[in-house]
Amino acid sequence: MTLFQCILMGFLIVCAVSVSFSKNLLNSILIYMSYSLIMSILWVCLESPDLAITEAAVGAGVTSILFFATLKKIQAIRIEKEKQQEEGSQSE
Amino acid sequence: MSKLRPQKEYEKTTAFRFFRWLSGSKDPYIGEVEMHIQEENILPEETIIERMREAQMRRDKVYDDELNKPAHLFHKVYVIMAVLFCIALVAVLLITVSYLPPSGNPDNPVNNVVSERYIESGLQETGALNIVAGMILTYRAFDTFGETNVLFIATCCVMILLMVDDAILKKQAVLNDRRYEPKNDAILQGTAFILCPIIFIFGIYIILNGHLSPGGGFSGGAIMGAGLILYVSAFGFKKTQRFFDEHIYKIAKITALCMYGLIGTYFYMTGANGIENHIPLGIPGHILSGGIILPIDICVGLEVACTMYAFYALFRRGGL
Repeated sequence: MTLFQCILMGFLIVCAVSVSFSKNLLNSILIYMSYSLIMSILWVCLESPDLAITEAAVGAGVTSILFFATLKKIQAIRIEKEKQQEEGSQSE
Repeated sequence: MSKLRPQKEYEKTTAFRFFRWLSGSKDPYIGEVEMHIQEENILPEETIIERMREAQMRRDKVYDDELNKPAHLFHKVYVIMAVLFCIALVAVLLITVSYLPPSGNPDNPVNNVVSERYIESGLQETGALNIVAGMILTYRAFDTFGETNVLFIATCCVMILLMVDDAILKKQAVLNDRRYEPKNDAILQGTAFILCPIIFIFGIYIILNGHLSPGGGFSGGAIMGAGLILYVSAFGFKKTQRFFDEHIYKIAKITALCMYGLIGTYFYMTGANGIENHIPLGIPGHILSGGIILPIDICVGLEVACTMYAFYALFRRGGL
């Protein structure tokens, strides 16, 4: 295993741990997205480009977008609105 | 011929009162019945605090660890059992792993006749340069057919759960969904304008080249589905419906699955009974080669692209 792959593996573990420790749901989805991206690079290193393409399209793309849509449906993404409200209250 | 009564005379009749009561323009009680305005029952603050304290004391008695011995015991046993269970699970898995043969050993049971056959005669038997695609879609076409069915059933279930039938509700959902985001984002639309054709062409290339280069039906379909999602999120559902609405979705999905079923059935029947099948394998390396792999790739790709897009559309607004 080359140094590059070892670094990627380290990133993978860091991502996997920080997904569950992140308190913001939006952040954990973004970290999950980067996890999928690193995983797809690792698949290329392991000489299975088929899996890499699928991982990049499904893991980093479609799944995260579905997560975003779900978060929006259950109204868990409220950062921008709250920020706007805070700015509004400050300006008043 | 009935005569039209003057208004004052009509106001005395029962019919007028009845219709007035029916329309609710005059409350029959106001001015007719003696009424007192009820005083609001205000509890003094001390009483409320007293009651809350009592409830808290009762709760404390039930949930207090020192008084409620069984609950205390159960909690302790629960924690210990959870830790023990985790340790046992880890131990079992590690012991199982230690029994696995070392990787790279030529005598491993993985390196048996099946994989040898795949590697040695895969090219002649399937006509596919990409052995993975050849394996998945010819030797193991039945498995892949099951997977495609799983996708179909999953979309059906999501449709049952999230589909909104009512047109008004659908409109409301769209309004609700796009309320907090810019409707025509210039950056997003510009990016999508450049990227979408490239993504679609790349997806189609991966599907059509599934038997020659890495990729295949599932990967290409997923890329096309992601492209469709990008297009929808940039330009909205109205523009997508011009080329991809529910009708076309149903036709594409069901045709793809049935085509796969037909081709697969022909292939299994001829293969299982030792009959020569008449699908030419072609010259390996050419685009029209690989026997049944190319049509099946196209079917799987259509199916997957439809599924991805349908999931997104159903999650966003409950309809295609």
